[in-house]
Amino acid sequence: MPNSATAGAFLLILAIVLPVSGVLLSLVLGGRHAERIALILMPAGLAVALTIAAAVWRTHNVLQYFVGNWSPPLGVAFRADGLSAAMMVTAAVLICGIGLFARGQFPSPQQSELRAPLVFWTLLPAVWGALNAVFIGGDLFNLYVALELLTFAAVPLVSLDGRAETLAAALRYLLFALLGSILYLLGAVLLYGAYGTLDIVLLSGHIQAGPIAWAAISLMTTGLLAKAALYPFHLWLPPAHAGAPAPASAILSGLVVKAPFFLVIRLWFDIMPRMPEPAAAQVLGILGAAAILVGSVVALRQVRLKLLIAYSTVAQIGYLFLMFPLAIKPEMGDPWNTTAWTGGVLQAISHAFAKAAMFMAAGLIAEALGHDRIAGLSGIGRALPITVFAFALGGVSLMGLPPSGGFVAKAMLLTAAVAEGQWWWAVVVLVGGLLAGGYVFLVLARALADASQPLTLLSPISPSRQGVVVALAVCAVLLGFIPLRPLELLQIGRPDIAVGGIR
Amino acid sequence: MAFDTGVAVLVLGVAVWTIAARDTFAAVVGFVAYGLLLALVWVRLAAPDVALTEAAIGSGVTGGLMLGASTRLRRTDTPAVGEKPGAVLRLAAAVLCALVSAGLAAIVLLFPEPAPTLAPPAAANLEVTGLGNPVTAVLMAYRAIDTLLETVVLLLALVGIWSLAPDGIWGGFPGPRHKADSEGVLTFVAQLLVPVGILVGIYIFWVGSVAPGGEFQGATILAAMWILTMMAGQVDAPPVSQRWLRLLLIAGPAVFLAIGLAGFAMVGAFLAYPVDYAKVLIVTIEIPVTLSIAATLALLVAGPPERAPK
Amino acid sequence: MSDAILYGLCGAVLVGLGLFGLIVHPQPLRKILAFNLIGGGVFLLFGVVARRGAAAGFGGDPVPHALIITGIVVAFAATALAIALLLRLFRETGRTTLGSDG
Repeated sequence: MPNSATAGAFLLILAIVLPVSGVLLSLVLGGRHAERIALILMPAGLAVALTIAAAVWRTHNVLQYFVGNWSPPLGVAFRADGLSAAMMVTAAVLICGIGLFARGQFPSPQQSELRAPLVFWTLLPAVWGALNAVFIGGDLFNLYVALELLTFAAVPLVSLDGRAETLAAALRYLLFALLGSILYLLGAVLLYGAYGTLDIVLLSGHIQAGPIAWAAISLMTTGLLAKAALYPFHLWLPPAHAGAPAPASAILSGLVVKAPFFLVIRLWFDIMPRMPEPAAAQVLGILGAAAILVGSVVALRQVRLKLLIAYSTVAQIGYLFLMFPLAIKPEMGDPWNTTAWTGGVLQAISHAFAKAAMFMAAGLIAEALGHDRIAGLSGIGRALPITVFAFALGGVSLMGLPPSGGFVAKAMLLTAAVAEGQWWWAVVVLVGGLLAGGYVFLVLARALADASQPLTLLSPISPSRQGVVVALAVCAVLLGFIPLRPLELLQIGRPDIAVGGIR
Repeated sequence: MAFDTGVAVLVLGVAVWTIAARDTFAAVVGFVAYGLLLALVWVRLAAPDVALTEAAIGSGVTGGLMLGASTRLRRTDTPAVGEKPGAVLRLAAAVLCALVSAGLAAIVLLFPEPAPTLAPPAAANLEVTGLGNPVTAVLMAYRAIDTLLETVVLLLALVGIWSLAPDGIWGGFPGPRHKADSEGVLTFVAQLLVPVGILVGIYIFWVGSVAPGGEFQGATILAAMWILTMMAGQVDAPPVSQRWLRLLLIAGPAVFLAIGLAGFAMVGAFLAYPVDYAKVLIVTIEIPVTLSIAATLALLVAGPPERAPK
Repeated sequence: MSDAILYGLCGAVLVGLGLFGLIVHPQPLRKILAFNLIGGGVFLLFGVVARRGAAAGFGGDPVPHALIITGIVVAFAATALAIALLLRLFRETGRTTLGSDG
């Protein structure tokens, strides 16, 4: 029986069907109801994600679903392992928080349909459904369709306010994303040509080191790096993420940009584990290090708060790719049982919470002041203390200070770097942390300074929205209480767990 | 073999023209020709379903969209002096692209012999689906989830395009108002061609279950007919806030989703079909999907709302 | 299958040509055209894979054919969105420059 016996397997379908239904209903019922539909969807989707995670944890096994009862290679499989479950719960919690925050920004009109609320509340479930499809996809072409779904849902969010800069940023984002997708598809074509299947598990059994496999993996990885905005493909990200409205920036920096990273993990650790590739992994690490350094330095020079936060995203994405040279061992053993694997994934999750909180805090500040120039932030610390506190908490995670998820993640990466003897990555992590401290304190110093004239806020900021922002920032901090060793949930589904156990 | 060599050379030649032409309009015309030649290549590669789709969507609708855009953007054709990349960059790009092409060409020659293929399992399971066209079986049965998600992708692209309307015009009419000229050539062509085109579109959709064709190809022809009547001024594009239009657009994915969920109740899996009713269910999905896709494609070409709603 | 190999080489050249156009042309509309060329090349390579997989009485492996059809439709949707963004940008600014390299 190919489908997992537990009820959790059908939940994999629900994880996609529920958001898609939300999109369809929003479109047909119209703008006045779109927000309500999204609000009903959020707890339902969160429940589905948590149930999937519970099922994966309880059975200590991968949840598998063959769509239509057609088994691969002819059919398409969905699979949720521990990593999928962790990412789905992260996405669900974040989208609930962002949705609650966005109620104040895109209120539904009483009478007729308005453009921005309808588009936002229709695209929010679309992003969610696409993310879930990426996290549970087990077939390379299905993942291609999921990536396109994600791109089409994310790009219009960038240009939602219709200004010329955001239109240009959205178009540039779209072109980079499309180039990434087509390179990914080209790699998948080569893999099918060589092995006759696009199923990840089947491919991992067949694949052998050779020119076709190497070319395919290189093409797919390059395409995914362009979508993840890893240096040198990072130029599209800052204007796009800074120009979007605050809740959209939170989704884009927190979640959307993690999906291609997730797929690189799938490619390298699920399809390729038997192909030795330490040199290639070093290339990913070098690009990651460049991203950390370039992104942080440019962030220090920014005049606008949202652009600073966006360049910080460029830098923090670099940490994600340090995981590859540290987790892939030259001897073909069990790469996932290392601290580096957990560190990389935790970096993705804690950065998602921290960055979402920071973007939303910046959004509240911009609403209050009418601008987001860092030089003009004086006095906002007194006017919006909760918001600035949330920003600071997010910054703590970015810097890698305890207690925070960022600290645990970076500590694990440091430990792995020292243990592997690749001490140069440790230097990069430490320097990156210092630079992050630089740009976070840059903002906080301004914000906490006294204003020369008393500050008048343009519009009152509701405490509930500030509360949501703080809640997400606190989540980033709570992740810091995870013990500093490989996380058992993330190991589920890694083939070695049956043999080697947890170290 | 000589014929194929000639076609391949022609395709490459037109492709080079598309990249190298100075005038954007000329490049787009080259692109349309390239698309039609590609359709011929698909026929030579024994892929008639793909040939139909390439001619209809890849060349026809895409070409129309690009021709319209290049006409509107005529004034911005010559790039500013500072924007054109220097000779060094062009040389570096040329070397990189030549390497990529060479690498891919080498891989084409390195593909394993005998080629791995899913044709046998596709053929073996064809009876279960009740279909005669294996490509339709893949689209609507074996990998139906891809097709379902694809309809949602199309819909999202439309939402994205609509989001570009200025706030005050939201809900209004897409595209400019085309004047109906009762003596004009376009009106004549529309009145003559559209009824035939609709019949052809329905036929191609219907025959797709047993022969080359199917919902995407049929939908494109129907969409092209709607676009033709809009351009001839016979009908106006509907305002995007209309309830019936929204229902038409989501009908396809919604029915697809509903029957997929019903599959769970009937057979125990999402998007599974009970053996005796497989073909009936598939056709039941395909009819609204064809209509939805036709509407979506036509509206994707029409563009964002430009005239305020009444 | 030598005609398949021939068209495979054709597809390889198309990908390179399209990539060149994407990098070198500053105008977004030319980039979109070049992207469609890359897509055509990738689909052609997939079609060659399908032709080589002819078996069971079919002229080609039907699975890649179906995936190519899906790909063509998705590529059209992408082109439509990109052109709509471009035209709206032109309406706002009167120019079509994207600034830094696209």
